[in-house]
Amino acid sequence: MKKIKQISFLLLVTLMLPLLSFAQEDDQVLKARTGKFALTNAKIFTVTNGIIENGTIVINNGIIEAVGANITVPNDAEVIDVKGKEIYPGMIDGGTTLGLAEIGSISESNDFRETGQLTPQMQALTAVNPNSVAIPVTRVSGVTTVWTMPQGGTFPGTAASINLFGYTPDQMFAGSKGIIMNYPSMNSGRRWRRLSDDEMKKRQEKALKQVNDTWDKAELYAKLESAEDLRNYPEIEALVPVVKGDSPIFIEVNSAKDILSAIEWVKGRGYAKVIFTGVAEGWRVAEEIAAAGIPVITGPVQAIPTRQSDNYDAAYANPGVMSKAGVKVALRTMESENVRNLPYHAGFAASFGMGREEALKAITINAAEILGVGDQLGSIEVGKKANIFVATGDPFETATKITDLFIDGYKVPMTSRHIRLYDEFLNRTPSVDKNKKAIDIKK
Amino acid sequence: MKNIILIFTLMVFASVSTVAQTPKGDVLFKGGDVITITNGTLESTDVLVRDGKIARIGKNLKAPRGVEEIDISGKFLMPGIIDAHSHIAGSAINEGTSQVTSEVSMEDVVDPLDVSIYRALAGGVTSIHLMHGSANVIGGQNETMKLRYGTTNPDDLRFEGAPRTIKFALGENPTRGGRSRGIQPQSRMGVENMLRTSFQQALEYKKKWDAYKADKSPRKVAPEYDLRMQTLVDIMAGEVLVHCHSYRADEIYMLMKVFSDFNIPKLTFQHANEAYKVAPELAAFGASASVFADWWAYKLEVYYSTAYNAAILTENGVLTSINSDSGELIRHLFHEAAKTQKYGDLSDDEALALVTLNPAKQLGIDNRVGSIEEGKDADIAIFEGHPLSIYAIPVMTFVDGVKYFDKANDGDDQRLYVSPTSTIEEINIFDRETQHRCMEDAFVMDFNQLFSNQN
Repeated sequence: MKKIKQISFLLLVTLMLPLLSFAQEDDQVLKARTGKFALTNAKIFTVTNGIIENGTIVINNGIIEAVGANITVPNDAEVIDVKGKEIYPGMIDGGTTLGLAEIGSISESNDFRETGQLTPQMQALTAVNPNSVAIPVTRVSGVTTVWTMPQGGTFPGTAASINLFGYTPDQMFAGSKGIIMNYPSMNSGRRWRRLSDDEMKKRQEKALKQVNDTWDKAELYAKLESAEDLRNYPEIEALVPVVKGDSPIFIEVNSAKDILSAIEWVKGRGYAKVIFTGVAEGWRVAEEIAAAGIPVITGPVQAIPTRQSDNYDAAYANPGVMSKAGVKVALRTMESENVRNLPYHAGFAASFGMGREEALKAITINAAEILGVGDQLGSIEVGKKANIFVATGDPFETATKITDLFIDGYKVPMTSRHIRLYDEFLNRTPSVDKNKKAIDIKK
Repeated sequence: MKNIILIFTLMVFASVSTVAQTPKGDVLFKGGDVITITNGTLESTDVLVRDGKIARIGKNLKAPRGVEEIDISGKFLMPGIIDAHSHIAGSAINEGTSQVTSEVSMEDVVDPLDVSIYRALAGGVTSIHLMHGSANVIGGQNETMKLRYGTTNPDDLRFEGAPRTIKFALGENPTRGGRSRGIQPQSRMGVENMLRTSFQQALEYKKKWDAYKADKSPRKVAPEYDLRMQTLVDIMAGEVLVHCHSYRADEIYMLMKVFSDFNIPKLTFQHANEAYKVAPELAAFGASASVFADWWAYKLEVYYSTAYNAAILTENGVLTSINSDSGELIRHLFHEAAKTQKYGDLSDDEALALVTLNPAKQLGIDNRVGSIEEGKDADIAIFEGHPLSIYAIPVMTFVDGVKYFDKANDGDDQRLYVSPTSTIEEINIFDRETQHRCMEDAFVMDFNQLFSNQN
């Protein structure tokens, strides 16, 4: 195992040397390019149609044109021989603030929180900064699509799926949006003063009443929509597609009690497309979630259990428990700058009960389907968008490297600020002057 | 229930044992792949532990009478993981009343009941460096601990014989503290000045005491004893190791110059996200760095970070470790170390040294822990799967040869103490932001914020 690792490491270094020196050239701007590509001799993990040993993928004009073991490479395609490597559909993170947050502590650089409890018309897509430094940092790890979410209040806004390449929000838009609702929680106590059970219950009931009043208005608005002189009411209007069943609602709910309450609420309301997000204590009520048929986006997986009395691995095991109970599960990191760790969250879920195959689905096809882009993304199939990456091996394994990346059919350069800083500082010039030390210590 | 038995056993053991205050174990590990860190990986090798120490490493070892034998064939045995930057098991983090608080120590706020200790053990961790926060330039003294979970006595967690260490802090945190109080430092200039002034004062303090000690007069009067100043004197004497919270390359460089001027030889930079920019200077000075695997962008001074930091430092000859600073990350430091293979191609031994031998060196405890060698303490983690694999699962953790974690017997509720006044159990939804405890309690809480509980 170790020897193989060492040899492959040496091989890798040799292979990467020309790459590194290429990146170091002055004034070299690396640009993405599109066209017709053929990736040959690959082990292809299609996710939906098994694994193809020694297969070929043809990408043309942004779309996967052909996939299989016996594909004729078109004459005009740029051939990229990826012998010994594996190809996967781009990974999809089901919950982030990527593009909306640049530097955590600097509020001026964060655009995911609007004031007020009822702001569902706030569009995350509008505030996505295509030039966020975190975007290339993320995509070179094989994450090609994320769900980027507004936060705060009961209805923080409308989330959007975005691909991690493009120069305007519209170029990045992956095709789906959804209303976020933070389900009123029984656990609204503050750190400084704990609330009693009764107090919390009263609070939740009050908050739920507000939520129901809001949806009542939205239902009324939907009925009146044909009326000509309908008053401008953007926050209620934003909820109408949910009422009509045209667009999904993503309900953030975490504790077991709240999840059960939310299941009842969903039944009562009868909206067609409902997704639960967070679901940190889903493992306690997995059967009930499965019975309700509500899909789940859960995570972070690398997280501390919700209760002091929980087993240390409760959060690691949570996706697996739900998945085994029959819940359709996708994963999320809830990160902005470290969305790149998505495969590791999936890896931990895999190790702690979910299994590798289900965990891979959770960050590809399941995520795509839950986010409403399953017809375009999440697997390697003819006709789907060419969001794929090439890896030196299992992408969940920490040491695995991503060597090639395609988003929307664009071959995106494998560079980011983290990589450029590595290239510049690994062997810094000038280094220290041994004869003239600025720092000298008399030991 | 298991815990009660454990506590009871420990109590009985403690009362019977006269020599050792904490329990020491005897055990023979049979047939595991032994990752020594200092001597490569020994396949299918036995490790014999006697009285809490690694007695023998070899093939076909026989268990002495009465010594438990544990079959670990197919599993990996490695030194217990050491976290050089932790705030778990600390009931307070910052003494923020002054910009210099070298008189306080984390040894006074050790909380042996924190269930985070058990969770860290479940990640193969055996030792932590419980650090003071980063609200002030010269913070409090830290405590190096062994995770002997199950005791109610904080002293049982002490790493007996470990050198004293102290927290310093540069950059945004102490200057933010200065600004919120309207005092120095409010800039990186002020931070340097505060350091130089403090050491200068300590030199004068020492001069007074030296003069007193040298004075032969029977009527001599002792100068006032000042623990704050005395600690700084001890730092300059090399008796207290400095671990300095820092991020930017310029402030790292500044502190090396200050330490150079005051002849302080040993220095570890904590976090040090930009240490890679001055790696040659760090190597020349002999300073070391304890860093995150990939945390960045949570504040301005970590915006120009790279996940290749640990690899660049290692390749430049800087002694480097990877720490957690978090009750969450501490549970998978083996995975954090593995990230240096993705970001910088470190070898297996180099990567694992980042969370074992290297932090041991930085804490001055490498003569006791950090590698699997005969004579060292039997602080050991057993893994299913290679610890650098994402599929690795820590299955057993031993401190001084005593088993404190066993996945096979991991029952519900590992708390040692449940508050009798709590009627319902608190549910905390994990939020990575609150994992940064460095600045906890550092600011005076606004009165209205404290008492208003309405939205």
